[in-house]
Formats: sequence, structure tokens, C-alpha cells
Amino acid sequence: MIEDILTGIILNEENTLTLNELSRACMVHSEWIIELVDEGILEPKGEEITHWRFSGTCLKRARTVRRLQQDLGVNLAGSALALNLIDEIEGLRARLNEQEKSS
Amino acid sequence: MEFKDYYKIMEINKDASQGEIKRAYRKLARKYHPDVSKEADAESRFKVLGEAYEVLKDPEKRAAYDQLGSNWKSGQEFNPPPDWNANYEFSGGDFASGGASAFSDFFESLFGRQNRGTYSGSQRQGSNFRSQGEDHHAKVMIDIEDAFHGATRAFTLHAPKLNSHGHLVTQDRTLKVQIPKGISQGQQIRLSGQGTPGTGGGEKGDLYLEVEFKPHSFYRAEGKNLYLDLPLTPWEAALGAKVKVPTPAGIIDLKIAADSGAGNKLRLKGRGIPGKPAGDLYVILQISLPSGNTQKAQKFYRKMEQELAFNPRARLGV
Repeated sequence: MIEDILTGIILNEENTLTLNELSRACMVHSEWIIELVDEGILEPKGEEITHWRFSGTCLKRARTVRRLQQDLGVNLAGSALALNLIDEIEGLRARLNEQEKSS
Repeated sequence: MEFKDYYKIMEINKDASQGEIKRAYRKLARKYHPDVSKEADAESRFKVLGEAYEVLKDPEKRAAYDQLGSNWKSGQEFNPPPDWNANYEFSGGDFASGGASAFSDFFESLFGRQNRGTYSGSQRQGSNFRSQGEDHHAKVMIDIEDAFHGATRAFTLHAPKLNSHGHLVTQDRTLKVQIPKGISQGQQIRLSGQGTPGTGGGEKGDLYLEVEFKPHSFYRAEGKNLYLDLPLTPWEAALGAKVKVPTPAGIIDLKIAADSGAGNKLRLKGRGIPGKPAGDLYVILQISLPSGNTQKAQKFYRKMEQELAFNPRARLGV
């Protein structure tokens, strides 16, 4: 059955998540998110923890780290490294696609 | 139902030690992890690998599986013998622990369906029984045009659920969702209250939809910018021209400067995905050559050869 049309909000620079919302979205305790911030994996806006605001990119990164930890047993530092490498590979792959298309 | 050769899936011999099994799993898991691997079938391979490891890492389950005999081949039609696991002792009430998604029919025919309790961090502390429902996540595919104009799209999502017997089943539900104009590749839409219902009057969880663009026949998206390859004739590129170009907002006339080259990039400001600020549309020029397969064309090319002094390889020093 198709229900009413749902309207959501896009997570972007304006619509962000609080520490509690991000913890819940990743199904983790907030302490775990704080560790990710300490490791430099997530960069929330705002100084105080109570004012932290996380972007949609933070949500994606946090969930990736969670999967890497659960599935591969990677620690935080290793996850941070893996994230950087994944980003870099994606960038290179996009450029490679460009090159292949225009040649 | 097809027989699954868990040893073959894990690329190990039947007499592999428990240590070898663990090492093989770690090695293949790194290779096929969907976050890391770009192989097209990474997700399904990772899933079946998890299932194989679930069985082989556990000496009890492994023994029961081995007892099926070694004559089975992967993919062969399979029905478990009625007494297949008689006399095998299993510790604990259930077999499985990890794994995010349901295992294959083959697995379930042997070891039953289980509730593989997913880790939940949803506000459980204290003596308060009111708990908020879990948040859900799903990836959905939309057309670039939907992001450009906004649209309403129906998505059928498959969610694992516990039925009244505590068994894990997949339940489909169809949601009609407003795609906000200006959403870009990889962004997420948060639908509040569309996750798991809470207990004890707790709030419902939310649903996060990650949006991905379907491949388009001529646009490519990067963030809010769009890219389009535009083929030109050699004379359009050389002499300059006004050519028609598709944009998501409709066809426009684009002025091509004289002496344009292949690979030149023209930026049409604000004609990418809408927003504040809107993305740009980049037009990348390409030059298409008329085929030389007619006498007329050959004569023409011959004339160009004679009259235009042109060495495209000058930079190569040849």
C-alpha cells in the first residue's frame, strides 16, 4: 500500500545532526562518536560538545568506520587511514573516468 | 535450493585449521568489503563469505556441515537429509552471532532462521523502559532530472523484521517520497518517524535515504556540477558556431568560439543542480571527424592535406 507522500530534509551544511542524533543514526553510544572526533575522523561545527553539529558527510563516514570495525576488525587509526585512501581512490577513479571518456 | 560449498567460497581446503579459516576470512573480507571494494558483486560476495565463515569458524557447525559429505558440488540442487544434524551437540540456544543481513536459504535449512540480534545503542541505560525506535538507512537511485526539478518517487525498501515467533523475515514496504529539488549525489534525506517504532511510548526512529544518481546517457554529476561532452564538427570548432546544447532546464544555444579545440571546457554558470549556490554545467568540447569512406570525402581530405600545413605531432618532436 502506498501511503501519503513523505517529505524529508536534506542533510547539508544547514541541516545538521546533534551528537545524540548522530549516535542514534549509527546505533552507537555517543562516547564512540566522541572518540571519532578526537581521532580527527569527524569534524563537527561548534566548540562545545553540546553545540556540536554534524553534516551528512559525517554520518556517512561514521557509518563506514562502524562497518570497517565490525567486519574487518580495523581500529580507529586504521579506519581513519582507510577513509582517506577510499576518498583518494574515488577521486582518482572519477578523474580516470573523465580521461577515458574524453579520449 | 542450491548447495553452497563453504570451503570453496573461502578458498581453503577441507582440512584447513581454524587458524587458516580465520586468516582466509580476514583476507577475503578486506578484498570484498563493500566500502573498500569496487567489484560489481562485492556486496553479494561479502555476504556469502560472512555466511561461510559463520559456519566454518564454529567447530560444532563445521562438523555438522562436513557430515553432509564431500560429494556435493556448489550450486547443486540440495535438500538436507531429515536427520542430518542428529547427535550433533550445539552449545547455546542459537548458532549465529554477527552478520547484518539474512543468510541464504541453504544456511537456514541447515541451521534455522535466527534473530541475529543487531547491536543497538538506542538509549537503553537506566531503569527507564521507554526507548526510542531504531533509525534505518537505505540507498535509493534517482534520475538526475529528479534532482533538477524535484519529484515524487516511490521506493520499495526491504527491511529485516522480527515476526511474532521471533524469526527474522524480510518485509517490503513502499514509500512515496518527495525528492527535494537541488539534492546532489550522495546526499541524504532524513525522514523523521519512518524508522522502527519505539517501545513504551518512545519516539519512532528515523529513516535516512542516501541518494545516488542513475547513470545518465549524457550528463555526469559531480557534487552540484554537471558535465556534458559536446561533439562538434571540425568546421564548427575551427570557424566558430552557434550550436544547440541540452541542459536539464531545456535546450539552449551555445556560442562556440573560433579556433576551439577538443577538450576545451565551457562553464555555464548556475546551470547545474539548483541550489544556493546552484551548480554549474561544464560543456567539454569534442571534435568528430566525418568518415573518409566516400570518394567525395577522400578528395576533400586530400585537399586539406595539400593545403593546410598541419603537424599534430610537433610537440612530440617528430
